[in-house]
Amino acid sequence: MLEIKNLVVQIEDNRILNGLNLTVNDGEVAAIMGPNGSGKSTLSYVIAGKEDYEVLDGEILLDGQNVLEMAADERAAAGIFLAFQYPLEIPGVGTMTFLKACLNAQRKARGEAEISTPDFIRKVNAAADKLEINKEMLKRALNVGFSGGEKKRMEILQMALLEPKFCVLDETDSGLDIDALRIVSEGVNALRAQGRSFLVITHYQRLLNHIVPDTVHVMSKGQIVKTGGKDLALELEASGYAEYRTNEAA
Amino acid sequence: MADIQNLRTSAETGLSNLFEAARKGFASEEAIAREEAFRFFEAAGLPSRRVEAFKYTDLRAAMKEAVPPAEAPSPEVAQAAVASAKGFAGLDAARLTFVNGHLIRPLSDLDGLPAGLTVTPLNDAMGKGDARLRLLAPVEQARENPVFQLNTAFLADGALISVAPGTKIERALHLRFVGTGSEGFSTATRVLVDLGAGAELTLLESHEGPDDITYQPNDALDVRVGMQAVFRHARLNREGKAAIALSTISVRLDDEARLETVNLVTGAVLSRHQIFMHVAGENVNAVVNGAAMLGDGQLADSTLLADHAAVGGVGREMFKTVIDGDATGVFQGKIIVRQAAQQTDGKMKSDCLLLSDEGQMMNKPELEIFADDVACGHGATCGAPDEDLLFYLMARGLPRAVAESLLVQAFIGEAVESVSHEGARAALIGEIEAWLAARA
Repeated sequence: MLEIKNLVVQIEDNRILNGLNLTVNDGEVAAIMGPNGSGKSTLSYVIAGKEDYEVLDGEILLDGQNVLEMAADERAAAGIFLAFQYPLEIPGVGTMTFLKACLNAQRKARGEAEISTPDFIRKVNAAADKLEINKEMLKRALNVGFSGGEKKRMEILQMALLEPKFCVLDETDSGLDIDALRIVSEGVNALRAQGRSFLVITHYQRLLNHIVPDTVHVMSKGQIVKTGGKDLALELEASGYAEYRTNEAA
Repeated sequence: MADIQNLRTSAETGLSNLFEAARKGFASEEAIAREEAFRFFEAAGLPSRRVEAFKYTDLRAAMKEAVPPAEAPSPEVAQAAVASAKGFAGLDAARLTFVNGHLIRPLSDLDGLPAGLTVTPLNDAMGKGDARLRLLAPVEQARENPVFQLNTAFLADGALISVAPGTKIERALHLRFVGTGSEGFSTATRVLVDLGAGAELTLLESHEGPDDITYQPNDALDVRVGMQAVFRHARLNREGKAAIALSTISVRLDDEARLETVNLVTGAVLSRHQIFMHVAGENVNAVVNGAAMLGDGQLADSTLLADHAAVGGVGREMFKTVIDGDATGVFQGKIIVRQAAQQTDGKMKSDCLLLSDEGQMMNKPELEIFADDVACGHGATCGAPDEDLLFYLMARGLPRAVAESLLVQAFIGEAVESVSHEGARAALIGEIEAWLAARA
């Protein structure tokens, strides 16, 4: 599904990713854990196509196609989705208007017909119900005045509607209380399927109790330094990141 | 001693000659006002950037030649011009049609208006020395203004609109101003509105004309909003590309009156929209908004004076400017709170979105407060579309141009959201979308 080869990235002469290699297979949920400043969020932005970063070397292949040549919107249409750590508020843009515009832009890019309004509303309502999203929220401007938990649920709602192939969840657990964490995790788990993979970025093991990963990767200083199964997350929770920080210092 | 006459521009000399030629036809009732207005205008001439109020909009430099006042068009010409008019077209409204600044009676709904609403052609009112004309004397600052002085001196036509006390007019009244012709012309219209106590009226104005000639409309709206009356006003400037469009609103608010006005500018190479609001009564509520979407070569000036002279007035002024190419936006807003106007709550804001590197925005907000128990503030911002917001939208699949349009629409849309009349609001949003589509 997604293959990252020797990715080297800098921002303003500051090297963040140092030859990162990572493979996520079809249907796999891969978790990335690591200390602050190890480059996790940078990785998520570079996969999604944020322009601030300079890619010096390497490839990101989605089903064999190098996405680094593509603009962010083209990557989205190709099936990449980033659930933001801090979803942005967009005053003046109605949530429903936004959702429909996104859905139709992606369909257009793939050469598909626009979704009909009744179908669209049905689809949004069904997804909103699952995520316990209040219909009033859908009438407001996108993310404006939403709580942290509501914003994260809105991210998962977008994911459910857009049906991407490859989902990156950037610290989706941050700012969530226990109930919101459960709702968001259930939303993600419901989307787990063959033909769809996840990269779950988190500091804490607790999210991985809810979204149980197939693989866990430890990131440090812009590289994947250790890979294991879901038990690796438990080990990290017990031992902390000290070992990896030492590596960084070395 | 230098001879001041030598400093007059060709346009100023031309205006004097035109006034000299026109004065023969003046009816006695209004001749004095015209003479006085022109005398004041002539003494100072066209305002240049040396005049503080016109610092960013140099009319002396922009108006190179005086263009003659337009003659009344033939019915056929008027009919043809109106057939292609787009502003607020298709909206259910009673209409008054002005072509080249002249009221076209066969294309205007002067009869069959709802009870309580009367519309008198201004020429009829002036001919009869209508007493209502005296009631509607504009606020002082408007009288002292050169744009308004020219309007008074050359006033050709207009209307006197009255709404009887307690009458709520449901159907909007649309003033449709259309320009047509193959050579430059000027117009000067005045529409006077008198809302009795508790009356309500929605007034729409659209202004448009040909792209290929330099015409100079000068339109004034003079409104008195009586006690507890409600005046809703939406104005659309989609004038031709070479037009120099001057407009003035003078409005006086009595006790507990409500005002809602918005001006959307997409047209004219140079436009100046002046609003003189006089809060004469207590506890008024005023929403004064403006929006401008400008491209290469355009300059749009919004100049506002909110003069609070009575207790408890609430004023919300929001101006939004979108600038593309080498366009220039100007906002000059001044809130005066006189000593008697305690508990005034005034907020004024001007925001600008710059879509190019060559555009510029001039913001000049001012507060002059003489009362000690008030809440007043102003703010001005200027910036490019937020890259993080663009990325967020693009990461959901919206191409950059679409994402940018969505952000522009959201930005400018805030200024027209306050329009209560649903059809007018939708029409203004349609204009915004058309501007964005033409840009893409």
